[in-house]
Amino acid sequence: MLDVPEWPGHTAGQHLDVRLTAPDGYSAVRSYSIANAPEGERLELTIEELADGEVSPYLAEGLMPGDPLEVRGPIGGWFVWRPEQREPVQLIAGGSGIVPLMAMIRSCALSGSAAPFRLLYSVRSPQSVIYADELQRHAGRGVGVTFVYTRGVPEGWPHPPRRIDARAIASATFGAAEQPSCYVCGPTPFVEAAANLLVEAGHDPARIKTERFGPSGSS
Amino acid sequence: MSDERVVSPGFTGRRRAPAGKLPPGQYVTEDFPVLSATPTPSIPIEAWSFTLTTEKGEVRRWNWSEFRALQSEKIATDIHCVTRWSKFDTMWEGVAIDTLLAGVQSEAQFAMAHCYGGYTSNVPLADLRSGKAWIAYGYGGKDLEPEHGGPARLLVPHLYFWKSAKWVSGLVLMREDQPGFWERLGYNNYGDPWREQRYWGD
Repeated sequence: MLDVPEWPGHTAGQHLDVRLTAPDGYSAVRSYSIANAPEGERLELTIEELADGEVSPYLAEGLMPGDPLEVRGPIGGWFVWRPEQREPVQLIAGGSGIVPLMAMIRSCALSGSAAPFRLLYSVRSPQSVIYADELQRHAGRGVGVTFVYTRGVPEGWPHPPRRIDARAIASATFGAAEQPSCYVCGPTPFVEAAANLLVEAGHDPARIKTERFGPSGSS
Repeated sequence: MSDERVVSPGFTGRRRAPAGKLPPGQYVTEDFPVLSATPTPSIPIEAWSFTLTTEKGEVRRWNWSEFRALQSEKIATDIHCVTRWSKFDTMWEGVAIDTLLAGVQSEAQFAMAHCYGGYTSNVPLADLRSGKAWIAYGYGGKDLEPEHGGPARLLVPHLYFWKSAKWVSGLVLMREDQPGFWERLGYNNYGDPWREQRYWGD
């Protein structure tokens, strides 16, 4: 949680640049998705600590409550959901790609929007779900939440672990005929796969917004 | 950004980059990250073409085999993404924009790259001339992969890499500058990594 005086406000899906500066002036900046809905001057970031990261380990373990932090934002005007949008919204998350999509779900709830939302969330196992309890609450008010487990499934799950595929798209997402706006966020190979599945299922590529992070896996 | 930095107690950082090779605020990656705002379009070679349109509406068009028959160059360059990674010594193959513009009568000072999938990016024409930019179809000795912009992408390595538009389908020469896709969505109109022109107002 960050308190940012004079924060100009943001739109769900936008990100924030965080700058760390060493005593000798060296600095490093990384972008992180903003996790909370636009509300006042408090920002929530959900940061995955990368073992070999330069910035995330410091944010996870070095930074203490009350420490100042230099930030800049909000950044990005494309991968965003605005409460004025009325059409169905299909969210597809891989791993920590849930963060900007969570901001959209929260923004939808906060604004009282009637736009139908569905989330298809690919995780390694039930233990790796971020925001598990909160997602359950959103499911209770009508957000369609479906999990794809890639490594370990919950007890009694009807099939073994598997990656997102055409069956998952067909059974758990809005069809192309409903013309949803689609937002896909996650590691690059996941986003490539999920976006291609949506296109193959008939969705207009112009309605599919993507945000990728991490290594490409192919180079 | 302001000149007064907030010092983060206990943060030392890495400082791995050779001096003079890494623009401010960047870090070096060995990987080749992919950043795209849309799904990767599928563009069959048979359907591919590249179109150059002047400000007077004159058109030059090449299909894939015509384009591949143009004189090509090998390019070794560093690339710099606005999301702060830089990759050194990347190897490309493609056709210089100078080659495409040879003999074209134009007084335009700006160009808009248009792409399959609808992406656009604007660049001053001077930044595309004089051996500074190419339409690249080869990377690392192989065909350029679709997720990196294949069949072909614009390559303008002295500007942030969003200017090097993936899946490029043409250039439109313009008398007056206009913002492209990211340039309308908060990113800098010019994008010089050495002046750290990332966002509006930089």
